Amino acid sequence: MTFVKRYLIPRLIQYFLVIWLGITVVFFIPRLTPNDPVMKMIDQMRARGSTLEPGAMDDIIEDLTQMYGLEGSWGEQYVDFWARLVQGDFGVSFFQFPARVNDLIAVALPWTLGLLLTATAISWTIGNITGGLAGYYTRKRWSKALDAVAMVIRPLPYYVFAFILLLLFAYVVRWFPITGGASLGAIPTFSWDYIKDVLWHSFLPGLSLVVLGGAVNFQIMKLLVQNVNAESYVQYAKLGGVTEDRIVGKYIIRNAMLPQITGLALSLGQIFSGALITEIVFGYPGLGMLLFRAIANGDYNLIMGITILSIVGITTAILILDLTYPLFDPRVRYT
Amino acid sequence: MKVLRDLFRDYRFTISFIVLVFIAIMAFLSFFSPYDPTLWNVVPRDMKPAAEYVLGTDSNGQDIFWQATFAVRNSLIISLISGLVSRVIAILVGMIAGYKGGNVDRVLMFIGDSLLVIPLFLIFVMLAMMLREVMNLVTLGLMLALFGWAWDARLIRSMVLSLRERDFTTTAILSGTGTLKLVLKEYMPFTMPLIFSTLINNMSWAIGLEITLAIIGLANLNIPTLGTMLNWALFYQSILLGRWWWILTPVVLSLLMFIALYWLSVSISEYLDPRTRIQRVGA
Repeated sequence: MTFVKRYLIPRLIQYFLVIWLGITVVFFIPRLTPNDPVMKMIDQMRARGSTLEPGAMDDIIEDLTQMYGLEGSWGEQYVDFWARLVQGDFGVSFFQFPARVNDLIAVALPWTLGLLLTATAISWTIGNITGGLAGYYTRKRWSKALDAVAMVIRPLPYYVFAFILLLLFAYVVRWFPITGGASLGAIPTFSWDYIKDVLWHSFLPGLSLVVLGGAVNFQIMKLLVQNVNAESYVQYAKLGGVTEDRIVGKYIIRNAMLPQITGLALSLGQIFSGALITEIVFGYPGLGMLLFRAIANGDYNLIMGITILSIVGITTAILILDLTYPLFDPRVRYT
Repeated sequence: MKVLRDLFRDYRFTISFIVLVFIAIMAFLSFFSPYDPTLWNVVPRDMKPAAEYVLGTDSNGQDIFWQATFAVRNSLIISLISGLVSRVIAILVGMIAGYKGGNVDRVLMFIGDSLLVIPLFLIFVMLAMMLREVMNLVTLGLMLALFGWAWDARLIRSMVLSLRERDFTTTAILSGTGTLKLVLKEYMPFTMPLIFSTLINNMSWAIGLEITLAIIGLANLNIPTLGTMLNWALFYQSILLGRWWWILTPVVLSLLMFIALYWLSVSISEYLDPRTRIQRVGA
């Protein structure tokens, strides 16, 4: 019981406070600025050349205000907003009217989840293994070579790297498609042909994420292993004649992994905001692309929906990590 | 002086120093530009690099070299505003939270942690969309600064926490030193290196965000920055049309800038951490 009272409850309160704070910020930002989405929509309709009678215009304004949840004072809107959120309803998209934000996200989310979960898992694994080895064998030539490569890749701006990959492998040598998540007209089924098609399309975006993410993981893991390696208990184990395999596996990797597990949880949480630039560059039909179009159209509800999902995703990832941390690090106990 | 000599022993520091000097000169050259960066069609369009137009001209009829000098200057201005203002916030929050402790600490760290958890990029997107009319170098820099201090404040706080436990703190308090003087005079020197290295990281973060916001079209495209240059080059399909000189200028400049800033911060923080310093000198 002490665990629940002394740790779990305060932690849960903090969790809900952060979510509340984040979502409240998201709610107020658009309302603090002079732009009126309803008038913007009307302007757009006018720009398309449709003429409206004054009476019809008022009706439309009223309808839109109601539909967008912009009725009444801020306080009423705020209560209303939460009432809908709790039911998991993000409202309607301003510009892909009358599509609901929930439906739009539901279509895009699997693409992003598939790409980013795979890429994150691969880059985390590769980065940690190579980083761990390079950190242990610092003096070896291949270790120094890998370090030099990571030193150059790490600061590369992502879009530049993605463009280079796209240019090389889709324009110069046409091994991979330029855009899209699957071939046009391909019907989603569980057949090998379709899966192969999806994999082929997601190779370049995946590769760009794996290489850049891998370089970061490599560097952090290398530094961690170097630091653990310099600890006196490792020296003691060496002098005591413990076999090298055991030292590396049980003493060094085990301790160096801990911060990396935190890092994995954080990057898994980030997935929900989508890999915006990846998806723009490679024309991949996920959340990032949805967000990009929402930005271009000023589709506020859609952006809010994605942001809220992302806030909840990250905070939940961190909460789960905190609660399961004792499994990875037996020194941490919530008693 | 000895510090500098030691730092220059690291090839990464030397290279990044040279690159940054080169970039600073370029930014400075913008004051001597023969053209107004906001005007279009001042030179013939789409000229290849030649003696008269060193880096060629673009489809807006602007000279790419002189445009790039403004871009570098403006990107540096944004990153400096963001870096310096967020440093002030980070120092204040970190020092107050670390020194006062208790509820003040809890509230400040709660705000900071919330900022770390919230997907900042999406918040920037929303703010940039809403503030597009008033967006300029200063407002963009301030916007980035307001949100970019949380992690660094945490670092400073943990440093102050450990400094507070040292003997000299007790000595200073017992001999009647005021809190403000203690923090500014005694603690500041210890945190200075940390503040400097976080400043560099924050600057490159700001440049990167500016470019990302500009690529997705959320910047004032009349102000030349590295991001807006890229946006124009992409908008006119310079890759497909083979106008490599146009797209490559902002790409190469931003590559140089990011690698230089990163290597500078790595070499300085390695120098500051004696453990790795010994490894390097001993190797």
